[in-house]
Amino acid sequence: MNADFTSEELAFQKEVRTFLDSEFPLEFRTKIDANRRLSKEEIICWQKILYKKGWAAPTWPVEFGGTGWSQIQRHIFATEMGLIGAPEPVPFGMKMVAPIIMEYGTNEQQKRFLPDILESNAWWCQGYSEPNSGSDLASLKTTAVREGDEYIVNGAKTWNTYGQYADWIFCLVRTDNTVKKQEGISFLLIEMSSPGITLRPIVLLDGHPEVNEVFFDDVRVPANNLIGEENKGWTYAKLLLTHERSNISGVPRGKRRLGTLKRIAADTDDGFGGSMLENSSFKKKVAEVEIELRALEYSELRTLAALSVGKAPGPESSILKIVGTELSQEIDELFVELAAYSCLPFVPEQFEDGFQGVPLGPGNSAYAALNYFNNRKASIYGGSNEIQRNIICKHVLGL
Amino acid sequence: MDFSYTQEQQMLKESVQKFVQKNYAFDARKQIIASEEGYSKENWELFAELGWLTVPFKEEDGGFGGSAVDLTVMMDEFGKSNLVEPFTPTVILSGGLISTLAGNDQKSGLLGPLMEGKLQLACAYAEADSRFNLSSVSTTATVEGDQVNIEGGKINVLNASNADKLLVVARESGGRTDREGISIFLVDSDSEGLLIQPYTNVDGKKAAQVGFASVSIPLTARLGKAGQALSALETVVDRATVAVSAEAVGALEVLLQKTVEYSKTRKQFGSPIGTFQALQHRMADMFIECQLARSIVIMAAMKLDGSDSDVEKSKAVSAAKSRVGKAIEKVGQEAIQIHGGIGMTEELDVGHLFKRVTAIDIQFGNSDYHTAKFASL
Repeated sequence: MNADFTSEELAFQKEVRTFLDSEFPLEFRTKIDANRRLSKEEIICWQKILYKKGWAAPTWPVEFGGTGWSQIQRHIFATEMGLIGAPEPVPFGMKMVAPIIMEYGTNEQQKRFLPDILESNAWWCQGYSEPNSGSDLASLKTTAVREGDEYIVNGAKTWNTYGQYADWIFCLVRTDNTVKKQEGISFLLIEMSSPGITLRPIVLLDGHPEVNEVFFDDVRVPANNLIGEENKGWTYAKLLLTHERSNISGVPRGKRRLGTLKRIAADTDDGFGGSMLENSSFKKKVAEVEIELRALEYSELRTLAALSVGKAPGPESSILKIVGTELSQEIDELFVELAAYSCLPFVPEQFEDGFQGVPLGPGNSAYAALNYFNNRKASIYGGSNEIQRNIICKHVLGL
Repeated sequence: MDFSYTQEQQMLKESVQKFVQKNYAFDARKQIIASEEGYSKENWELFAELGWLTVPFKEEDGGFGGSAVDLTVMMDEFGKSNLVEPFTPTVILSGGLISTLAGNDQKSGLLGPLMEGKLQLACAYAEADSRFNLSSVSTTATVEGDQVNIEGGKINVLNASNADKLLVVARESGGRTDREGISIFLVDSDSEGLLIQPYTNVDGKKAAQVGFASVSIPLTARLGKAGQALSALETVVDRATVAVSAEAVGALEVLLQKTVEYSKTRKQFGSPIGTFQALQHRMADMFIECQLARSIVIMAAMKLDGSDSDVEKSKAVSAAKSRVGKAIEKVGQEAIQIHGGIGMTEELDVGHLFKRVTAIDIQFGNSDYHTAKFASL
């Protein structure tokens, strides 16, 4: 039993580090360290840099332009990216719709959609959740009615992350109302510029319109945008649930944030002349999070080692999702605690492009509460943590 | 990267499983606890035959040369069966100290018989005022010519009433919590002035209060150099800490498994209680706790076997014990709660496992202690 990398893996790690050192743009790094969002153009620019290197799609097979990396190589890559704060490719195209197109799409669809995802020419968003269908996703009501060579789509989707940037949306739509709810769902790709689509931005607790509601009003979609068979969409969508989700635990990002937290804590007075880093109750909380991070890291490595020898990804990803998100939220809380009064100013625009004023400080303290509020989403999205517990109960404990 | 067991580890695991299946049913264990020794001599002889007593010792000392990971493989299975035989005090603690500190002449007379199952030992370190601080030692050792005079007292010394010899941590110089000045002495259990008051711990293990009223032993009974024993003690206790943490992980997994099984058969309001989501999610959380505890113990064992610095190793051990302590509290308490009334009784093994893991939580430092230690390193 060992957690060591082979010499080839170590060489690969070095290659990744060297690449990131020289190719991850300094201005992006500075921006991320200052907790400012990268713009759409900047995100695409970074993804194109990865594409140029041949590293745009670590999880794709070589035949579609992927890297063909082993599980361990993917882990190393994701770790090195996370440790310096480089953003992972936007997941909706690369990790969510692409595997479904590869598995169930026609050759024609694969040729039409995959290269644009790989080269970051097309931005995708997700059309699963609806205003009345959250955890009970299969109850969705957006309809698609076949008329000749087209589907006519009506309804509403919600929580579309960066729908305002998207060229395409992949949707679960109802094509049969007469059968069991899971059996009347189809998987449809829709161009965002189609007439009849409107977007309503939704401002989240941090003041940022990160998500949208998308309305479909008699939107005409070519029938050849259907993936696989009509009414089989639920089966296709479920592929995502078991599909490999590397770096789901967010361990490298957690390590990076804890490092930042400790640096700030060392320079923060506890009000009695000592530093927050040495404040006994704060120190204990930091240690507990560090310890939890280790437990999570080794849980992820155990999962990874099992995947490497060909075992199917199981409900372990539910553990990583639950613990990873809850831990990231605990780190958010520590930043809030550390910032104290200084996290209270609600000035979200100072983290946006084009802000001309002097940012409120010290440091990024005014970001702490914004991020705390924003990241409450982590235990809700991607199958809420309660749904993940249901998965564990059903598939592991047999309850 | 490889988290699978080697063939040898797999064999070791199966060997313990086979023994447990044959010799360690619930009632058999109860009888062992009720006996005067509180462990089975027959079992101990079998352990020797099976080679288990050699596992942690170096090959040059006649041992198996096992790694920390090997040790966790065994302890995991011991934990599942709630085994009471004094493996930790005799083999891991006392054996570990002898192996680390003793000179060759001392070793030969001790490690051989130990591995053959003919020697029982106890390690007396904790005191009334020490809590978990190994450097807090009030028991004194005063050299008088070629004799040493030991004065003081130790608490909760596991296996003391069965031990042929006690390894006693005593102070030769310095203040109560100084790191320097601590030595370890080998004291025959029939020494004059030695008062052993045996009792049974909550988990069924035999322990004792030990008093030293001017116990005189030869100077040659000191293990290693005068006043320099603390770092060896810390290293051995670190290893033992990982071992009992692994034992707890095995026990916790059984607690989870038994709780899930019970929830599928126990019916209330016309349905198995395992169909109630209020209980399901708590069992999911128990599962997560078990997995995290297992992961962090593997991490610590690997670190002990690896080439990290001593500080990194100690940090890893404290991280593991701290996290396992939390899992113990959560999984142990929930197992009793979900079992309901029957979980409160002596009739079910669940309660016995709960008591064992509770004792492990305290042994070598509880969660708070190790969290603070982790933060200070």
